[in-house]
Amino acid sequence: MASKHLLEIRNLVTTFRSDNREFNAIEGVSMHVDRGEIVGIVGESGSGKSVTMLSSLQLIASPGRVAGGEVYLEGVKDNLLSYGSDSEEMRQIRGGRISMIFQEPMTSLNPVLTVGYQIQENILLHKKVTPEEAKRRTIEAMKMVNIPDAETRYDYYPQQFSGGMRQRIMIAMAMAPGPDILIADEATTALDVTTQAQLLEMIRDIAKKTNTAVIMVTHNLGLVARYAERIYVMYGGHIMETSDCVEVFHNTKHPYTRALLRAIPRLDDPKDRVLIPIDGLPPVPSQRPPYCPFYERCEYRCDACKANTDYSLKQVGENHWSSCILTQQQLDEGAEALLHKNYGESPVRPQLDDYCLKVSNVRKYFPVYKGLLRKKVGEVKAIEDIAFDLKQGETLGVVGESGCGKTTLARCIMRMYEPDEGTIIFGGRDIAHLKDKELKPVRPKISMIFQDPFSSLDPRQSAESIVGESLLIHKLVNGRTEYENRVDELLRKVGMDPAMKDRVAHEFSGGQRQRIGIARALSSNPDLIICDEPISALDVSIQAQIINLLEKIQAETGISYIFIAHDLAVVKHISDRILVMYLGRVMEIAECDELYEHPLHPYTQALLSAIPVADPLVEAQREAVPIQGEVPSILKRPSGCPFHNRCPRATERCSQEVPALHTVKGSHQVACHLV
Amino acid sequence: MSQTRTDSAAAQAAIRANKAKKRKQFIRALFSRKIVLVSAVIVVLIILVALFANQLMPFDPNKPSVRDRNQGPSAVHLLGTDEFGRDVLSRIIIGSRVSLIVGVLAVVIACIIGTSLGMIAGYFGGIVDDVISRIAEAVRVIPQVVLAIALCAVFGGGIVNMSIILGISNMTVYIRMMRSQVMSIKERDYIMAGRLQGNSNARLMLRHILPNSISPIIVTMTQQIGGTILSEAGLSFLGLGISTPTASWGTLVSGGRSYLLTNPVYSLAPGVCIALLVICLNSLGDGVRDALDPRLRGEL
Repeated sequence: MASKHLLEIRNLVTTFRSDNREFNAIEGVSMHVDRGEIVGIVGESGSGKSVTMLSSLQLIASPGRVAGGEVYLEGVKDNLLSYGSDSEEMRQIRGGRISMIFQEPMTSLNPVLTVGYQIQENILLHKKVTPEEAKRRTIEAMKMVNIPDAETRYDYYPQQFSGGMRQRIMIAMAMAPGPDILIADEATTALDVTTQAQLLEMIRDIAKKTNTAVIMVTHNLGLVARYAERIYVMYGGHIMETSDCVEVFHNTKHPYTRALLRAIPRLDDPKDRVLIPIDGLPPVPSQRPPYCPFYERCEYRCDACKANTDYSLKQVGENHWSSCILTQQQLDEGAEALLHKNYGESPVRPQLDDYCLKVSNVRKYFPVYKGLLRKKVGEVKAIEDIAFDLKQGETLGVVGESGCGKTTLARCIMRMYEPDEGTIIFGGRDIAHLKDKELKPVRPKISMIFQDPFSSLDPRQSAESIVGESLLIHKLVNGRTEYENRVDELLRKVGMDPAMKDRVAHEFSGGQRQRIGIARALSSNPDLIICDEPISALDVSIQAQIINLLEKIQAETGISYIFIAHDLAVVKHISDRILVMYLGRVMEIAECDELYEHPLHPYTQALLSAIPVADPLVEAQREAVPIQGEVPSILKRPSGCPFHNRCPRATERCSQEVPALHTVKGSHQVACHLV
Repeated sequence: MSQTRTDSAAAQAAIRANKAKKRKQFIRALFSRKIVLVSAVIVVLIILVALFANQLMPFDPNKPSVRDRNQGPSAVHLLGTDEFGRDVLSRIIIGSRVSLIVGVLAVVIACIIGTSLGMIAGYFGGIVDDVISRIAEAVRVIPQVVLAIALCAVFGGGIVNMSIILGISNMTVYIRMMRSQVMSIKERDYIMAGRLQGNSNARLMLRHILPNSISPIIVTMTQQIGGTILSEAGLSFLGLGISTPTASWGTLVSGGRSYLLTNPVYSLAPGVCIALLVICLNSLGDGVRDALDPRLRGEL
């Protein structure tokens, strides 16, 4: 039975085997894609979005197995799943008719073959053309993805390209045989925001020009709001809701989608908006209940939900399907009740006028050595002329793309590195050039929360010894009882049950690990905590929990935060002031709202415009500030203003003279000749 | 107040239960494969034999008997006799002590020296690393047997000397392994977190780096015991290690070599013992590795 859609998936079931038990990773997923449309599949990790895509192409590896369902592709009479996974038919479809690009551009190209060869190989496999014709098409495809000097670059190897360029090559490779469908599985997640915007813009243009359907698989609601036309929301191996983009965001039916939208911070939020986290954790696939997988965390739940095991999609509006069994009236009543439910105010954070930290003129270069005798051949100018201050109880957000020196700056303040120049006044004392011994009393006063909750906890230590370590080192407690009480208190403070303190790191989920990391940071009663991307490795529904926790702790203790992140929406939500960095220099410092409403530096403007807002109507109205090129290599910093070769307004002066950071009004400082 | 006490009592009970559960999990994971279980049983048996050698030996292993020279297996001498009429079974039983002691002691010596040097080299890097690595390479380029021959010639044989000699010639493996382990681990965030908390270098190494890099070392140790027993046997076979009349499996194989055609059991029986012990130790080593690694246990 063929289908009227380009691709139609019906009741797809994929099972995985673990501990000698089979469980369903996805249970009866149905979706369809039409020619030329951009479809977004959003969901948290483990929701089954990638598994759905891989299953329909029969790319699921053992111990996974496609257990049922049908997949129809236009022009193919049979169910695709009836072909063997290695059959000639499937291989022609994969890459030929349905192409896929993956998340990690650094590892998805073969480093020993030229990029031209790799693209050409794909054309030769799927089209009956001569090698000369294939080469011509390859160069055409490379031009299509805006790779300059495509003829020369044809013979380059992958490592001669940057991450963004490699992803362009992946796109060229996927598009070269002229597929009908392009699946982009988190294709831009690993890239910088400005590069991400450029690439998605390009994918959209190419798709519209060639009438190719695009399936965007992502966890980022902002991206689907900006680029997708139709959306599938997945959770726990099921599709929860599907409709047009605007419908999903503005006439949201399913409680899960509603909860998600309330949990994420948005760039256009008012400052004091309270994020409402989704309690609990997503269900583990092997322990998923027979009823709605979101039941445990749902704020609308009622007994009928638990009794019901049929939560297939039901039509709730024109082109709008939801799996929730609640009636519109019940949903409205629930929403009304939630509106009046008190989630507490956004915590008031006391701010003192005393300075916690004053950084001026900090510079750090890393020497580059080469050859047998380790001769110094150059320097990486990691950070230069950094100057800012931080009041007690204040949060300073530091944003910038990868390679801008955020982490180096953090490490200089923590004195993991000794800055080459400059002063760092902390606690009334310049710590920039202290020796290791002199630093010991300073160490407990500056803590850090790390990005990756998996690598930042010692896998061999229990939660108790991780949290309690600095209590012992700095002799902050007297005796065993006080130690235990303090550890319990710290764990309770971050919302963990002290009974779990004997467990080791891998027994906790990502969010719980991050909580332990926060408890560790708090254990020594610090004055300053540096948060290095503390939530970017977490799922959307967990992020809000952590953000709220950090705000609550600040309100209670009056700690200062330096909050490093690349996600401006999150930074804006939590920070009082924001510092924008680019290539090791400060571009702009301003109060949060001021920066968002009146960004002065062209780089800040481009950065803000590159970040999508999870609202298609707002998205449609925002004006795009184009940004050219990519972040230059750290070894080749441009002279003058570091941004001048990507800046649309650059003048002669910008390329020669480094603009100094100057105050514009109030506390708004900017480093640009034009302002 | 009483509330908190019951809380903490409950927490303590939970902690104890969790610890017991973990031990059980480890043992279950270790013996989930039959080969590991069989190996463990055989190794334990050999250890018991070595411990109770005096009770188990049917004859005095060092007492010659001219009448019974070079006999094949019989009801009296289960594995026959050697060229001096000594009971081969008794000599194998007492010889197991030498093999096990030298094997374990040598590996422990190699591991302690190698692990500490490797950790220091990897942790501090730079000139410290250069010096230690060059020493390790210098030891490494001399073939083990040649090194052992030279050291034996200088210090003489005997169980303790044998262990030290084999330990020194084996330590480079641990130096290199530990060094590379430490170099990758010290870049992890939790080491930086530890440093930020004010840990001293020594504490950081012992408390955070060592426990995280020890599992491949333990595996190598269990595997090296087999290899070392083999080396000891080889050196004894060459007449360098344990001197007569002390029986070790290597000297037994060596002694039986000349009578391989007339009395094959004399030489083959200790050889089979060596092979059996080495194979069992190796598969036990693999089992320990798999059980120690949470990733292989399927918990991650």
